[in-house]
Amino acid sequence: MSFNYIGLIKAAVLNGTPLLFGTSGEILTEKSGNLNLGVEGLMFMGGAFGLCGAFVYDNIAGDSAVGFIAVAIAFICAFLAGVLGSLIFSFLTVTLRANQNVTGLALTIFGTGVGQFVGELMRLKVGGNVSVSNSLKSAFSGAVFPKAMQKIPVLGEILFSYNFFVYIGVVIVVLMWWFMNHTRKGLYLRAVGESPSTADAAGINVTRCRYIATCLGGGISALGGMVHTMTIAGCVWNHNALAGEGWVAVALVIFCLWRPLNAIWGSILFGGLLILYLRLPLAFLPTQIYKIVPYIATAVVLVIVSMRRRREDQPPESLGLNYFREER
Amino acid sequence: MENTHAVEFRGISKYFGDVAANDDVDLYLDKGVIMSLLGENGSGKTTLMNMLAGIYFPDSGEILIDGKPVMIRSPKDAFENRIGMIHQHFMLVDVFTAAENIILGIDGAEKLDLKVIADKVREISEKYGFEIDPNKKIYDMSVSEKQTVEIIKVLYRGADILILDEPTAVLTPQETEKLFNVMRAMKADGKSIIIITHKLNEVMEISDVVAVLRKGKHIATVRTNETSEAELTEMMVGKKVELNIYRAEPVDIKPRLTVAGLTCKDGNGVARLDDVGFIAYGGEILGIAGIAGSGQKELLEAVAGLRRIDSGSIIYSPEGKHPEELVGKSPMEIKDAGVALAFVPEDRLGMGLVGGMGMTGNMMLRSWNKSKGFFIDKKAPRELAEQVYDFLEVATPDIEYPVRKLSGGNVQKVLVGREIATSPSVLMSAYAVRGLDINTSYVIYNLMADQKKKGTAVIFVGEDLDVLIDLCDRILVLCGGKVSGIVDARTTTKEEIGLLMTSVGGEENRR
Amino acid sequence: MNEKTPLIHISKRENADKRMIWCIRLAAFIVALLLSCLIFMAAGANPAEAYKTLITGALGKKSGIKQVVKTATPLLGAAIALAPCFKMKFWNIGAEGQITVGAMAAAFFAINFGKNWNSGLLLPVMGIAAMLMGAFWAGLPAIFKAKWKTNETLFTLMLNYIAIGIVGWLQGGPWEGKQGSQVIPNFAPAAVLPKVFGVHCGWIIVLLLVAFIFVYMNYTKHGYEISVLGESENTARYAGMNVTKITVRTACLSGAICGLVGFMVSSGANQTLYADVADGVGFTAITVAWLAQLNPFAMILISLLFGVLSKGASSMQTGLAIPSSVSSIIKGLLLFCLLGCEFFINYKLSLRHSEEKNSTTSKTEKAAAAQRADSDNNNAGKEV
Repeated sequence: MSFNYIGLIKAAVLNGTPLLFGTSGEILTEKSGNLNLGVEGLMFMGGAFGLCGAFVYDNIAGDSAVGFIAVAIAFICAFLAGVLGSLIFSFLTVTLRANQNVTGLALTIFGTGVGQFVGELMRLKVGGNVSVSNSLKSAFSGAVFPKAMQKIPVLGEILFSYNFFVYIGVVIVVLMWWFMNHTRKGLYLRAVGESPSTADAAGINVTRCRYIATCLGGGISALGGMVHTMTIAGCVWNHNALAGEGWVAVALVIFCLWRPLNAIWGSILFGGLLILYLRLPLAFLPTQIYKIVPYIATAVVLVIVSMRRRREDQPPESLGLNYFREER
Repeated sequence: MENTHAVEFRGISKYFGDVAANDDVDLYLDKGVIMSLLGENGSGKTTLMNMLAGIYFPDSGEILIDGKPVMIRSPKDAFENRIGMIHQHFMLVDVFTAAENIILGIDGAEKLDLKVIADKVREISEKYGFEIDPNKKIYDMSVSEKQTVEIIKVLYRGADILILDEPTAVLTPQETEKLFNVMRAMKADGKSIIIITHKLNEVMEISDVVAVLRKGKHIATVRTNETSEAELTEMMVGKKVELNIYRAEPVDIKPRLTVAGLTCKDGNGVARLDDVGFIAYGGEILGIAGIAGSGQKELLEAVAGLRRIDSGSIIYSPEGKHPEELVGKSPMEIKDAGVALAFVPEDRLGMGLVGGMGMTGNMMLRSWNKSKGFFIDKKAPRELAEQVYDFLEVATPDIEYPVRKLSGGNVQKVLVGREIATSPSVLMSAYAVRGLDINTSYVIYNLMADQKKKGTAVIFVGEDLDVLIDLCDRILVLCGGKVSGIVDARTTTKEEIGLLMTSVGGEENRR
Repeated sequence: MNEKTPLIHISKRENADKRMIWCIRLAAFIVALLLSCLIFMAAGANPAEAYKTLITGALGKKSGIKQVVKTATPLLGAAIALAPCFKMKFWNIGAEGQITVGAMAAAFFAINFGKNWNSGLLLPVMGIAAMLMGAFWAGLPAIFKAKWKTNETLFTLMLNYIAIGIVGWLQGGPWEGKQGSQVIPNFAPAAVLPKVFGVHCGWIIVLLLVAFIFVYMNYTKHGYEISVLGESENTARYAGMNVTKITVRTACLSGAICGLVGFMVSSGANQTLYADVADGVGFTAITVAWLAQLNPFAMILISLLFGVLSKGASSMQTGLAIPSSVSSIIKGLLLFCLLGCEFFINYKLSLRHSEEKNSTTSKTEKAAAAQRADSDNNNAGKEV
């Protein structure tokens, strides 16, 4: 029996996309020196509000619902939810100088609660499973490129067969890379993450920079939750479908050494690990044990990254530290 | 008549809590003039200049630039008024190149063209005689290179008013001379310069006028050529002071620490200490000089057992006991073996003290392991805390008040008091007077001298060469982790030490 | 000066008095409850009615109170366990996993020896096994943290998923009761914790732990080491402390207590083992520990409050159709408000120019003199 490698790669990319959003958003946040451990919560919020937006639109528009608009609404709802969540985080850590670790955990608890609350509320109101119509579902998970391109052997499947979000994710990451390394504002952002006092003395508004990076980053991370709910989970709210996703995304940031472009292959790799048990069952490995492989891999990656410390691979110097001009 | 002062402060006050850092300061500076801002630590020099640079905002009063009142709310506003400040702790991003650091915060085309920037940096460098590679990373630079980057950063923004905060503290005498030449070139170019310092000889050498601050107040501004060092000191301290360190001739000295072939490598395999050897005698003060980061910290840590030693030996010969080898022992074992090493680390709050605890908790750092059993003894440390409090007159509302909230001088008293209380036979200190006012500094110097009289071997790492020459008996000079020379403090000169700081055996050896 | 002057002035507050601190915290608490009203309204319920249902649901009946204590017990246990870790700034968020493996170790003995041993032997063995397993699960990331500074937050978190996965496998595999049931059979009576006042006796153990941790943190060498290490690793090393040993030992202690909590939950409350045995307790405990500012006695109150919240939330779900996850939101809001309010305890905001200024005589001198005078009749005050 020959193993379907192309199928595995496709599945890895699809399952990696939520991680790609989650990770790249967190990279942007961490580059500004804010360590937002609330990605898990943000992704729950993104997932719930994205679905909620599409669902409400579907109900209002009925048969005349247009796929593109539904996608746009879900996109915006999820993004705004993420921005809102990170705004709370920024306010507490940047303005009120609260401990970033604990605030991040609080955001996880809050965001997970809000996500599940919205999800359950929809279910209670409808009195059953929340789902959008089939035509809208295909707008979310259908391929973007024309059939002809998908039919190119091997490459067509691997490169052109995905839904809209896969490509958006890659575009976001490439833009982020370009922004950080080739623009003035990107340089300023990195300066704020490395040494806020230097940036401050140079006339860069550290507070504004951290707010913007954290909120945008949080918005992008939240999109990951929406993408997961609307593509992989098939537009259905499931209480714990997103559990662990955000944390893997945070760990991936370390794995990617804070470089946006690394997030592409990093997320595909972990996307693959997440579904490997379905694609490549091993007789000697029980499914339940197989399912924890990505978490074991993450732990191993953490250890390896921490063991080889190179100057270029270090986190932003002031990551996790709040900044304020000392006013004794 | 129109006011033509380049900078003028009018009635500037700034409070931190209840403490007045600046109190109704009136001060002005003319174009093309170098002014020294002289004052003790804590006299408000840096605070005043930070208000000009936009770091702080005055509580009252106004600042005039070229006779016009201006509002400086942020560093950006300061640049717009062509004011630039070179901070004492360099404001540079280590992982960036010189060019990247220089353009931080400057408006311009969104897309970065580092080549154009590098060209402009070279142009400025040529004009004033700097040597700098715009594409070099900061973490690869020496201290004086970093300072050069800071100065170019300010000039790049077109500053006409430059503030230098203690710029010579980290330089060798030779580098200082180079800096002064640059300053003279800038002055000739019509720039106004304020140099914050407390070194009188430099004041006399470089400045045209001197403004003296004391306890936040402006005492006087005088022309340099119409004053003397003695007069300036009196204005600075507020009373006639005899600041002499009493240096007794060492008597009955015995080898206490014999260090030979000591080599320590850091995580990257770079030797931070390279074949270091010397003898420290009981009853003498051994000074250690060197450019910042030449291995001073590593040397003290190695002796205290806090650093892994790759090779070499440290023989400790206590009074009336057999000599023993310290290498390979943990800090705890060194202590348990009866070796009393008192160690005043460079970074007071980061290493010597626990900021969130009170004096008692901090006294416990030395005694926590002395009591038997599972429970901790709080009584003895509390008594010690009270002793230190009385003896060194620590200003704290309560001995349980977190030391983080105390002023620098009081923090240092807590630390030094605790270390001396163990009546050590070797007392090591690094930058013991950093950030202290003159009087407190002399309290510390005299404590060191007292310890010497008791037969303790004192090892004193300092940055002020004048103090080292006055206080110590011998001075060991470190350069790039190697011993470049050990000189007799009574006969040496600053220039000799300065040369040793930058070269081992006559050849350049600097990171 | 014109209107462009910065208006608000932030400065450190010196010596905030205890009463004001508690007033600020109380205010934050009330703000959180008010914000929660918005959530109730979003769910279409009357906030007053919602709070009424919450309170009566939890405290109106004896069974409700028992449920509250039952919920609060593991929560308190886990929060107590986390206190030393957090004091050390070791961000152990793996209580969930440590509880799970603790329960697993206890279950191993309950399943294999439940029928043969008497409870006097079996229960202690189960407890000790649970503690050892929990200690191992927390010690692992601590070793890596101490040796290579591996990020412990993520490591402990990954171990949570791994622990849950392993129990999931046991549940459907080796330890499965009836073929295909995916359920482990109930423990034999000998493996079940006895009840005291209608709730399994875990609550007594947990209260003893509260006292133990209080003494441990404040009056022992270990406690002192943990406080110093939490403030600065360099200082700890300078004082001759063995950082690796302290880190690993403290994490193991924390894990052991979590393991014990796992034993109590599986043996006392569930009387069986399943993958979801920790049920978010490990995470919620982080909130409890932080809200209590790591004070063990305050943790008792907070965990009871959270017990009321959870029980009340499930009453609200049945009675008012408000999803029970509202309790997570309230916890999140509480935490946000209390984290934020620390700012107002540590700093004071004032409008510029509002401070009175003595223009003459050095204030520095006066302040220092006053401070010294103050301290003479004020030596007894103690920081906790």
